[in-house]
Amino acid sequence: MTKYLLSVYPDPSVFTLSEEELAPMFAATDAFTDELKAAGSFVFAGGLHPAESSTVVDASGGGELTITDGPYAETKEHVAGFWIIDAPDLDAALAWAAKGSAACVGKVEVRPFQDDPA
Amino acid sequence: MRGTRGRASGGGDTFDPARLAEVYRAEAPRCLATLVRVLGDVDRAEEALADAFAVAAERWPASGVPPNPGGWITTTARNRAIDRIRRESTRGARQAEAHGLLDLRRHSAGDASMIDDLGDLDVVPDDQLRLIFLCCHPALAREAQVALTLRLVAGLATPEIARAFLVSEATMAQRLVRAKNKIRHNRIAYRVPSPAELPDRLPPVLATIYLVYNEGHTASAGPDLLRTDLAAEAVRLARLLADLMPDEPEAVGLLALLLLSEARRPARTGPDGSLVRLADQDRTRWDRDLIAEGHDLVRRCIRRNAPGPYQFQAAIAAVHADAPSAAATDWAQIVTLYDQLLALGRNPVVALNRAVALAERDGPEAGLAAIDAVAAELPRYHLLHAARAELLVRLGRPDEARSAFDQALTLTANEAERRHLRLRRDAVA
Repeated sequence: MTKYLLSVYPDPSVFTLSEEELAPMFAATDAFTDELKAAGSFVFAGGLHPAESSTVVDASGGGELTITDGPYAETKEHVAGFWIIDAPDLDAALAWAAKGSAACVGKVEVRPFQDDPA
Repeated sequence: MRGTRGRASGGGDTFDPARLAEVYRAEAPRCLATLVRVLGDVDRAEEALADAFAVAAERWPASGVPPNPGGWITTTARNRAIDRIRRESTRGARQAEAHGLLDLRRHSAGDASMIDDLGDLDVVPDDQLRLIFLCCHPALAREAQVALTLRLVAGLATPEIARAFLVSEATMAQRLVRAKNKIRHNRIAYRVPSPAELPDRLPPVLATIYLVYNEGHTASAGPDLLRTDLAAEAVRLARLLADLMPDEPEAVGLLALLLLSEARRPARTGPDGSLVRLADQDRTRWDRDLIAEGHDLVRRCIRRNAPGPYQFQAAIAAVHADAPSAAATDWAQIVTLYDQLLALGRNPVVALNRAVALAERDGPEAGLAAIDAVAAELPRYHLLHAARAELLVRLGRPDEARSAFDQALTLTANEAERRHLRLRRDAVA
């Protein structure tokens, strides 16, 4: 089994919707997560606050530490949530991603984790 | 010798080194397909295959070529791979590797009972299908699919592929490494898609083969109009796919299309390498055997009655092949086939081809109107401007014709096509 990170990049239109309008999306997303759990493929999942809430920390330069109001990447498209799943191969992961994408109304990026050091 | 690191020359008196290259050409891709299944990794399989051919180059001059060279190569490669794993690994890592190997085998074979016999080396046709679908997995970019297919399924060496696509060897090597890493890191399964998956998984395979053919048919840049090697490889790949999937009408349709296009190749260029348009081709130079084979396949498709885009294109090519001259072509039939093709899905290039056929059926005015209707979708497609120019010539509008030829000229880098376009432009009265 390999672990895959399923990152959600939501359709920008999602941000203009009211709580009420978003309710079906949240319900579908929860149902998808439940399905992952029932199949034994669920590892972890989470939804994130908006990208503006992030902070970038950089201690890579040696002595000096800089703390900057984020986000780091200069793009309008940020990860809004993710699942980590266990799947036997990419085709299985892609099939989960397709379901997840339909549920949360967003594009889903599938990326494999490196193997656990044995 | 293609792609092996082995020594081609041996010490024997009677052994012809060319025999080794022949065996490589005939057997290597099939052996590789089996080794990927047995070893569970593309790089290991390639390495083992090269090792086995190196052993063959050493031994065959004395021993002669074994009766089943493919089986010999596969067995030797498998044994070398196991030796290599033992030699290269520490004990702990070796166990992990062996475990991974078995895990991958279980994973790819989908049959736990096969785990114990690492000796299952029979070359099965499914291995080649597995390899084709692996190389053309939709998670890989189109250019990676093409490069991998030519390297692993067709058995071309990396420098040959680099030359064919006019990129440096380093660039092509890097492209292949990246694609193989993506397969390994993502654990893309080595299996033939189920019938339910085929509607999504077969089209990229067909598109890859078609793209290889097209690149061979009209190189997108460079001095020659044709790159025969690539066209021949594409026909070989289409043949392989149609043999392996005889019940897939689109696989058969693609082979028919390529054979019928290939049949016209001898007439497509003049003695100086210049382009000869379909209307001006010497049809006695068309390859009648290829046309007959293509026709048979088109008829097989029609009987099956499960039409698709490649089958329609093959049927159109078959109508052209039937016509004794451009004027005597059944243009009405061709327009009908284009209409059916467009009904499967809107495609501006197909709409352009239909417009050209329409001009033959209903006259240049109707054709021009149909071209202008798709022009906005294909502003940078040189053939659209060339087709417009030809119709403007026929309509007696020379100034517009010249400027359309000029526009076409700015949009193609193929020297033979440019020469042809300049000649046509300069001939406008």
